[in-house]
Amino acid sequence: MYLQKLLLTNFKNFHEVEIEFSEKINCFVGNNGMGKTNLLDAIYYLSFCKSYFNLMDSQNIKHNESFFVIQGTYVKDDNSENVYCGLKQNQKKQFKLNKKEYSRLADHVGYFPLVIVSPDDSEIIIGGSEIRRKFVDSIISQYDKVYLDNLINYNKLVFQRNSLLKRFAESRTYNKENLEIWDEQIVPLGNEIHKKRSEFVDNFKPVFEKYYKFISLNNEKVGLEYNSQLSGNDFKKLLSDNVEKDRMLQYTSTGIHKDDLVFMFDGFPAKKFGSQGQQKSFIIALKLAQFDLLAEIKKFKPVILFDDVFDKLDHLRVEQIIKLVSDNNFGQIFITDTEMQRINNVFEKVKSEHKIFNVDNGAIIMSNV
Amino acid sequence: MNTFSSKLLEDAVNQFAKLPGVGKKTAIRYVLHILKEDNVQVMDFGNTIMRLREEIKFCKNCHNISDNEICEICSTNSRDKSLVCVVEDIRDVIAIENTNQYNGIYHVLGGVISPMDGVGPSDLNISTLIDKVRNREIKEIVLALKTTIEGDTTCFYIFKKLKEYELNVSTIARGIAIGDELEYTDEITLGKSIINRVPYSGVHA
Repeated sequence: MYLQKLLLTNFKNFHEVEIEFSEKINCFVGNNGMGKTNLLDAIYYLSFCKSYFNLMDSQNIKHNESFFVIQGTYVKDDNSENVYCGLKQNQKKQFKLNKKEYSRLADHVGYFPLVIVSPDDSEIIIGGSEIRRKFVDSIISQYDKVYLDNLINYNKLVFQRNSLLKRFAESRTYNKENLEIWDEQIVPLGNEIHKKRSEFVDNFKPVFEKYYKFISLNNEKVGLEYNSQLSGNDFKKLLSDNVEKDRMLQYTSTGIHKDDLVFMFDGFPAKKFGSQGQQKSFIIALKLAQFDLLAEIKKFKPVILFDDVFDKLDHLRVEQIIKLVSDNNFGQIFITDTEMQRINNVFEKVKSEHKIFNVDNGAIIMSNV
Repeated sequence: MNTFSSKLLEDAVNQFAKLPGVGKKTAIRYVLHILKEDNVQVMDFGNTIMRLREEIKFCKNCHNISDNEICEICSTNSRDKSLVCVVEDIRDVIAIENTNQYNGIYHVLGGVISPMDGVGPSDLNISTLIDKVRNREIKEIVLALKTTIEGDTTCFYIFKKLKEYELNVSTIARGIAIGDELEYTDEITLGKSIINRVPYSGVHA
């Protein structure tokens, strides 16, 4: 699957452009504020029906215009497929596949799978544990619907259990039996989710490590560990052992809602000790591993968007990444960068089919043939 | 909205606005409508509400809303008193009665367990259900509660309470709605329907 042609009208800073892409690697090069990332965002729109960066659709319309249109032509299994996304000021977004409008946008998501790597993703390393749980959950949910349902129910049960703990504290009462009805329902769901997350990490870890090794030229040892209170402990016992503590805190202090993924560099937590370049390499390896899993589930290769990923990486790593993604295991790639020189240097060394586009304030010029 | 020309009007509007689903604007519409009606009708309206509150009874047996000490369903001889259907409130009784498929009696809980709404087991009519089981010849209890976390939790609680007694506890079937296409059924419902499949017992079972 690949995006063959993109047509933009009044999208962000583009008035009207039409671009034909390479089946492999496409680079958008230009200075800050020229619209490189906007191009990636347009491609993101075609896969997810929304912007990656700005959730207010109307703010993606070019200033002083009343509508935007994004159109893409994909080639999927040798068939040509047209996607249309249009928004008029103050009207409902229109989304069409081959001229047929979707009644539910969610039906389109996943049809043209896509993985994006952007500077915002550093949150996965430095942010709170809920971001990492979300990362894991969103991948598992894509292939396991029951998992998502279990997770939603688990969260509702924990919410009710917490409400009960608050009631106990407010009324200065305690009823063991009332608390246990919640515990007994939480335990099987928690165990099931824990099992699924462990399985996921077991599958994900080797893929991730393989990619990191390749990018870092084997120089660093990274680790990824699933950290859960449930590992090696009986969940039911955890809950009953912590009743006193939970009553004091007025919330449930043990369970899979406290899980975390721990990232390590040479045995130390990446959150505290990784350099910016290392953290960036880490995220790229994570996303490439996510790509692998997605490709396996969907049976074809998702599009990858690299937004400004080469910044802060040394040229060796940049070369490794390009080498990696020009491989046949990967599909179509889109890259943005500010340095034309860097991009040219890379492609002198790594021979791969590619196109380079100069992005200059809403105009796009192809700079290689 | 707080500049009413009359205190009486304002009070009436505020009373109506207390009703679920009624905002200030709708409340004004209702009050102005009442003002247009003739005296007798409005008196009738007011009296009905007052009598409702004063004279309404809850069935001593099943806690359903009733005009008498024992409700009509509980006092019907032909009803099977050994079969008890546990429901949340009177709306569920009405719904099940409308099916014409049930000939047992009911037990109205008055809600479901939900700590976030401040409802615990002791706020519901659960102890009287246990008493009923202990004292009388109940052969089967049918749990007919909503399929939410709170409904399921309430079923679970009652089930645990009834464990020590010898009787059948069943729950209404959940799965694909009649007349539905399989392909449009959500995955969770369809998945559960497959897991909890039932023996086929002939046409229109």
